[in-house]
Amino acid sequence: MKPAVWTGDHFFTGDIACAEGALAAGCRFFAGYPITPATEIAEHMATRLPEVGGTYIQMEDEIASMAAILGASCAGVKSMTATSGPGFSLMMENLGLGICTETPCVVVNVQRAGPSTGLPTLGAQADMMQARWGSHGHYEIIALAPASPQELFHLTITAFNLSETYRLPVLVMADEVVGHLSERVVIPPAAAVKTRERVPASGRRDRYKPFQRGACGVAPMAAAGAGYAVHVSGLTHDERGYPDMSAAGQEKMMTWLTEKIRANRDKIIQTESYRLDDAEIAIVSYGISARSSLAAVDEARAAGIRAGLLRLVTVWPFPEELIRDLAGRVRALVTVELNLGQIHLEVERCARGQAPAILVGHAGGAVIPPEEIVARLSAVSRT
Amino acid sequence: MKAQPADHPLNGLLRTERIPHIWCPGCGIGTAFSACLTALLNSGMDLTKTAMVSGIGCSGRAAGYVKLDSYHTTHGRAIPFATGMKLAKPELNLVVFSGDGDLFAIGGNHFIHGARRNVDLTVVCVNNFNYGMTGGQAAATTPTYAKTTTTPLGNPDTPFNLPLLAYAAGATFVARWTILHNRDLTRCLEEALAHRGFSFVEVLAPCPTGYGRRNREKPLDALHLYQEHAVIRNGASPIEVELDPKRAITLGTFVQIQRATCIDMYDKVCRPAVAL
Amino acid sequence: MTAKLWRTPLDAADIEVTRGVVHIVEERCKGCGYCIAFCPREVLELGAHYNAKGYHPPIAKRMEACVNCHYCEIICPDFAIFSVAAQS
Repeated sequence: MKPAVWTGDHFFTGDIACAEGALAAGCRFFAGYPITPATEIAEHMATRLPEVGGTYIQMEDEIASMAAILGASCAGVKSMTATSGPGFSLMMENLGLGICTETPCVVVNVQRAGPSTGLPTLGAQADMMQARWGSHGHYEIIALAPASPQELFHLTITAFNLSETYRLPVLVMADEVVGHLSERVVIPPAAAVKTRERVPASGRRDRYKPFQRGACGVAPMAAAGAGYAVHVSGLTHDERGYPDMSAAGQEKMMTWLTEKIRANRDKIIQTESYRLDDAEIAIVSYGISARSSLAAVDEARAAGIRAGLLRLVTVWPFPEELIRDLAGRVRALVTVELNLGQIHLEVERCARGQAPAILVGHAGGAVIPPEEIVARLSAVSRT
Repeated sequence: MKAQPADHPLNGLLRTERIPHIWCPGCGIGTAFSACLTALLNSGMDLTKTAMVSGIGCSGRAAGYVKLDSYHTTHGRAIPFATGMKLAKPELNLVVFSGDGDLFAIGGNHFIHGARRNVDLTVVCVNNFNYGMTGGQAAATTPTYAKTTTTPLGNPDTPFNLPLLAYAAGATFVARWTILHNRDLTRCLEEALAHRGFSFVEVLAPCPTGYGRRNREKPLDALHLYQEHAVIRNGASPIEVELDPKRAITLGTFVQIQRATCIDMYDKVCRPAVAL
Repeated sequence: MTAKLWRTPLDAADIEVTRGVVHIVEERCKGCGYCIAFCPREVLELGAHYNAKGYHPPIAKRMEACVNCHYCEIICPDFAIFSVAAQS
């Protein structure tokens, strides 16, 4: 067997970095379906997984891919799939099953422009709202937005760790540009990679309840074959996993599924600030658009505009308090994203009218150039 | 002669606190499920390493009653879920227990690909000719001219021949029985469980509430039709297998062949070093 | 009642016919009647009483005729009936 952690200095694409991040995190099962611009993740996993004792399978579609990784996860193996818009739509059904059954796994969406087949080879960030509530029903989700190949490596590990900590599917919302961009990626020694391992069930088999939450968090998870005879169902269920077809049962399960994320928002949410302390205008951005924004901040500062950047590393759950506080101390909030206003609406909502929310975005297909952002910043600064 | 206090012999494999189950009076799913549990008990398999995976629908509820690791998944997706489970942990025995609507309409694509790959699963399909859970709508197995709530004038479509479909897709064990032919069914399920590769057992069962009511077929009538028209032809070519409840119902084990499983081939082709 | 045979098997004297006792788990029964219709020894009939769910469970009207073939047990969709060997 070859080493799972490819320690060293590399130059490769975000897609490869993502696959290597998964392997470093302990992922040993990948089920997928080819789709531009995420195919390279599957291709790399097809080569690397058997080398490290794992399993790769190309399924018949993305519905099956999502089902297969949930099955693998229930068997106790860390698992992942990767896709783009059309496939992400197909995964929504079983994503809901993963949320309802609290099954850890990672879903990577290397976003391309839609709707429908859209622009397969060109980037967008227009699945952000689908990431929030694309599957039916009300739920909380965790979605991360990497801005570079290096970050795709790290955030894929983070995604696995969060999924094991909170027992849910975690979304890595990359985009075509980050996925296909080749850059330096440094992979640390295996010992330096922090991974979160699943808490297995223990104790008396007749007393174990697969969904009984302890005071400190999610229930330990008995893998298939561990001897606990668990029942896991996508129906509304009680702590035994048995269907509870009542409003009270629904309330109880939903409270838990949402509260385990809401109560831990501070631990989950990661953001980065750049020159924000004295900023008059705050840019809110994520993924590839945050890199244009970073350049735009410096260019704007050089032109005498006091701009700063809040980069969302975690997009969901949304850093509501942070945006609210920021809105109270800047003249304007400018959201930069590759869509026609998705996270922008969240920013506007959280600003609560304290500062105007402005969108710099377009329909996708090209990165937003820093000049376009600077032009908007200077227009705002003049008002 | 004094009656001994005793438990039902399958109680050990049932989540007894959930019995009686939801299936209607005269519904054949319980009998098919019971045969499956008996076969599991007789199989000699390590049942702590055995999981049952179901989709959605009446038959899909089976996973909720078996005291094994059991997974009640989404509509049609039991096979890919079980495929992931089997590949991730090959020592597990996987039984997929679901209905005709689940496995062959919404899940049809997954079925043919599971069979093509010869994933080592035992797929038990309770075929009651309609969607029972939603109230008796037409399925991919509803006989032509049969009445359902969505074919009030009769079904204009042609149903699948499930054994032929399974065989054509690559299943290595293909059989059909009815709930009436219970001893044959149970023995067949034992063979299917022991079979390495994708095994498929179709079980004909009445749905008195959904299908029977609209086709003038009481539960006992259905069983009598099975009794009168069943022709047991083990080894019959799947293309000649008939399913016309009013005329001829071919039963038996039609296909039983050996072929490298999905995992055999992955080990051989993709990780020879690991397989050694 | 003895079984009607076309001819008497040569080893009829050596064969010991098994005897069984039927147990009915009344609270599980849904009154489908399969066990009654398909019992080869006509041991069962529909009871006049109701269980908690409002169904008529079967009763063993001719328990002495039961040969413990288990067919009632395996045809029952509800895990509501089974037979055990009679203690002689």
